[in-house]
Amino acid sequence: MNLWLIPIFPLLGSAINGVFGRRLPKQVVNLVAVGSVLLSFLWVLKTLSAAWPLESAVKESYFTWIQSGNLQIGCDLMVDRLTAVMLLVVTGVGALIHIYAIGYMAHEGGYYRFFSYLNLFMFFMLVLVLGANFLLLFVGWEGVGLCSYLLIGFYFLEKFAGDAGKKAFIVNRIGDFGFSLAMFLIFVNFGTLDFGRVFTSAKSMTPEAGVGVITVICLLLMVGAAGKSAQLPLYVWLPDAMAGPTPVSALIHAATMVTAGVYMVTRSAALFHLAPVAMNVVAIIGLATAFFAATIGLVQNDIKKVYAYSTVSQLGYMFLGCGAGAFSAGIFHVMTHAFFKALLFLGAGSVIHACAGEQDLRYMGGLRKYTPITMITLLCASVAIAGVPPFSGFFSKDEILAAAYEHAPWMYWVGVFTAGMTAFYVFRAFFLAFAGQYRGPNPHAAGHGHGDDHGHGHGKPHESPLVMTVPLMILAIGSLAGGFINIPKWLEPMYPLAEGPENHMLVYISVAAGLIGIAIAFFLYVVKPSLAESLASALSGPYKLLYNKYFVDEVYDATIVHPLEEGSRTVLWRGVDAGVIDGTVNGVGARARGMGNVLRLLQGGNIGGYAAWVVLGSLLVILYVGLGVGR
Amino acid sequence: MPLANFIPTADDYLRYLPEIILTVVGVVIMFLEAVGGERRKPALGWLAGAGLLAAIWGSVVALGVGGTGFQNMVIVDGFATFFRILVLVIGLLTIVSSTQYLDREKANAGEFHALLLFSIAGQCVMASANELIMVFIGLEISSIASYILAGYLRDDRRNNESALKYFLLGSFATAFLLYGVAWVYGLTGSTNLAEVRRVLMTPESAPNLVLMGTAAALMFVGFAFKVSAAPFQVWAPDVYQGAPAPVSAFMSTGPKAAAFAVFLRVFITAFGPIATRWEPFVWGSAIATMIVGNFAALTQTNIKRLLAYSSIAHAGYVLVAVTAHSEIGTAAAMFYLAAYAFMQIGAFAVVTWFSRQGEKFVNVDDLAGLGERQPMVAAMLTIFLLSLIGVPLTGGFFGKFYIFRAALDSNLVWLTVIGLLNSAVAAYYYLRLIVVMYMKEPGAATENIGPVSAGLRVAILGSALATLVLGIFPSLVLDFAGRSAALVK
Repeated sequence: MNLWLIPIFPLLGSAINGVFGRRLPKQVVNLVAVGSVLLSFLWVLKTLSAAWPLESAVKESYFTWIQSGNLQIGCDLMVDRLTAVMLLVVTGVGALIHIYAIGYMAHEGGYYRFFSYLNLFMFFMLVLVLGANFLLLFVGWEGVGLCSYLLIGFYFLEKFAGDAGKKAFIVNRIGDFGFSLAMFLIFVNFGTLDFGRVFTSAKSMTPEAGVGVITVICLLLMVGAAGKSAQLPLYVWLPDAMAGPTPVSALIHAATMVTAGVYMVTRSAALFHLAPVAMNVVAIIGLATAFFAATIGLVQNDIKKVYAYSTVSQLGYMFLGCGAGAFSAGIFHVMTHAFFKALLFLGAGSVIHACAGEQDLRYMGGLRKYTPITMITLLCASVAIAGVPPFSGFFSKDEILAAAYEHAPWMYWVGVFTAGMTAFYVFRAFFLAFAGQYRGPNPHAAGHGHGDDHGHGHGKPHESPLVMTVPLMILAIGSLAGGFINIPKWLEPMYPLAEGPENHMLVYISVAAGLIGIAIAFFLYVVKPSLAESLASALSGPYKLLYNKYFVDEVYDATIVHPLEEGSRTVLWRGVDAGVIDGTVNGVGARARGMGNVLRLLQGGNIGGYAAWVVLGSLLVILYVGLGVGR
Repeated sequence: MPLANFIPTADDYLRYLPEIILTVVGVVIMFLEAVGGERRKPALGWLAGAGLLAAIWGSVVALGVGGTGFQNMVIVDGFATFFRILVLVIGLLTIVSSTQYLDREKANAGEFHALLLFSIAGQCVMASANELIMVFIGLEISSIASYILAGYLRDDRRNNESALKYFLLGSFATAFLLYGVAWVYGLTGSTNLAEVRRVLMTPESAPNLVLMGTAAALMFVGFAFKVSAAPFQVWAPDVYQGAPAPVSAFMSTGPKAAAFAVFLRVFITAFGPIATRWEPFVWGSAIATMIVGNFAALTQTNIKRLLAYSSIAHAGYVLVAVTAHSEIGTAAAMFYLAAYAFMQIGAFAVVTWFSRQGEKFVNVDDLAGLGERQPMVAAMLTIFLLSLIGVPLTGGFFGKFYIFRAALDSNLVWLTVIGLLNSAVAAYYYLRLIVVMYMKEPGAATENIGPVSAGLRVAILGSALATLVLGIFPSLVLDFAGRSAALVK
């Protein structure tokens, strides 16, 4: 079925724009960038309709990629029901975001470069979900990380964006370390990296056999997932990554890349089933992240920061679902989240665009008059994420919370409380932006934004062009109605649903929590705006703690980053490199021309130090062997 | 033994074809240098290149009549051929990437090319050595020529210092190696690798294993110095920083690859039976090398010095494969050395171009804004750096992948964990270069930067292409490495 065409379209788009983009007119760049993603979306549709109802996986092997000894890895792509969901989300939402980006990036330099990176990202993301073995998944995994890094640093105040990009990359390296180790262990234990063969032999394993090593593999996979999907304690990079252009935040840091961890864990469900301990760890990490990030989101003033912490929190929900054994609920939430979170970010972008680059909620307000379409679409996204029935977030969150209750009731209660907070912060942002009066600077002085530097320097806030608002409307429909696409049912052949009576009480409680959250937000930010501030000052201690994100960045800096840097500076560089040995090339050698001078250098100069070092090392090695320590 | 046995056969000469070609062409260049005029100097570079190409052909011919030759002194097998071709390709890349440098420093002399050929001839001897004496001879031929190359610009103080340090410490380390050879001979009565192995395998005649282990340790010191493994790495940063950039590129790849070739052959063939004795200290050295290389690189500001530490770190990864002492470990080391050669030479080629006359611009910050001013070169350097980090779809990724797989296969779990952690740390300092190139305002150093000469362009594009091909179709090289990794025992 030529699955390879799906990723190849964006790759070609990236190559064309990357190589010729500088000389091409903007319209052609747009056409190539959007067209390639649309083509791959259409090819996904065609493939799915041809393979319908996709009861077993369709696998295509192209060539043997690596063959060495007992290691054989094919370049194989595969579509099954799980992949189908991911493909539709990635190409569908991806295409919408590409269209939106045409409008959003219209005034930016390096236009073609931006789209080239964006298409490259699509390529790697599609390889990630299509790959039929862990190695191909890893190729996509590293590739999307790289593109994310390139795009974060796209046009920023160099210090901050450079730091943010670096942070993203390094935190992800820690995650990748876990993933690669897991991959090696899988290979050593199963003798293959092919999904089909690994999971088949995992299914035939008794829970007792090799449980220890499977648990280790699963925990390492979770380390990888925590890095990519911004879970505790590796979530720190995601909020900073929002420094990138808004379409990037929407595509990479909300809808697709960050859900790769959830996909990977779901894909490896057969392994996780053998490791209840690891499942529990996944659930607890997910829940803790959901709660922790939601509390930070309560008080942020930057609209993109609010949504960023919201993303971290919602990803936590997905892991909670997976950890509780409801993998299909996790993927369901991946899909609905892709709709409403992409919409939230794109809407935020439209708001920022309208306010000439302003991101601070305190300087917005009253935008309902100026940007009605943005307001209505953002309202759709907000009710969806708040879990108001019958909108999309309600269904997926409900599935997750029900599974959490089955797993451990206390997890359900924490989850419900978090759902209340979610509703509160998302509506807080909504009301701050659209209700009340415009609090921005004098319209004529507006024009200098900061951060997402997107100023045009013209008049009052204004609605965005159609190329931006149409994608918003389509996503709004998805956010409202997406819940009726019954993903758990679709995935049932792969991930059987838990039997048991439905507990309606649980549903009522979680809906009530969402509604209460909205009500409090309405009361504090529309009915009595003064109350919010006096509340903040009355609780200034906790408020500061939350506002500064629990000082986690500072703690990491002080306990890990700083000692590491200082350590390598003082011990290894000054100590070994420049201390024991005088490590600079200072031209001492030039004075040593004659043999006598050479000898003098040997006796008193730094070469003596080097030689002493060699002798010491040799003595160490020889003594070790000579004393027979090595058996 | 009849005298006829000592007369080399025609096949023996064929087996030594690459070395013969290199030596002859080298001598011809020296001769032409003396009689030819100033005008003809550039032609000598072409001649050297042709010689290297001929030697590559020679290696293929030699493989056709593979086997041992010259009374078991040399052995021509897949392993030897792999390393012969690798060092020859490294030589070709060095020649094309040094053209601009030699013109710029007004130092275009035939001796540069002749020395390069001699050094490579030495490395070919090492690759095909089947005898400890041949190992020593090859090592010396290769080293002495590189000592001179390191100090190629006679009037440059940095070159001088580099050469002097390299020479003094290098001879020091060779002494250890030679002493080790003497011990081996004293204990086993032979210097032939297969013979030593046979003696060690026979329980009746096996020598005292503690003494044998000590002999192995002495030889290890010599090899560890040549591959810049800790704690014998101290010379590398100074020497690579001080030497001309194209020479640093050569020294950090060619001699290193050849030294690993003999290291593997001697330790796996001859000392294979006593692996439990040498494994622990190679293990320790691998860990120390990775840690020293990566962590010291974190704070470097000079690009050449940074690449020097990075080359130490990469030697550490290869040592992990040596520690595994299995067939897939050997194959992994071979693949890694090839992938590493391309990315390292590529990175140094960019530095060669960027540093300009007198190597004025070698600081990390000088690269600021290169992505804007010279997008093509910056993109190429990015490929090399990503490969050095070990990002998928580059040769560096598969290199690490195979090495750590081999290590796990041999149950070296801790070594794998520490190695992977190290490669995570390493991302930081390579990334810093990318950040500076793309995310900083262009500074003075990127102004008025001249064009990339044709030769350098070939070197950079060729290396980038090879890095990507090894990353996308690793089988091309890995298959051959895998088939050649079964060393004759």
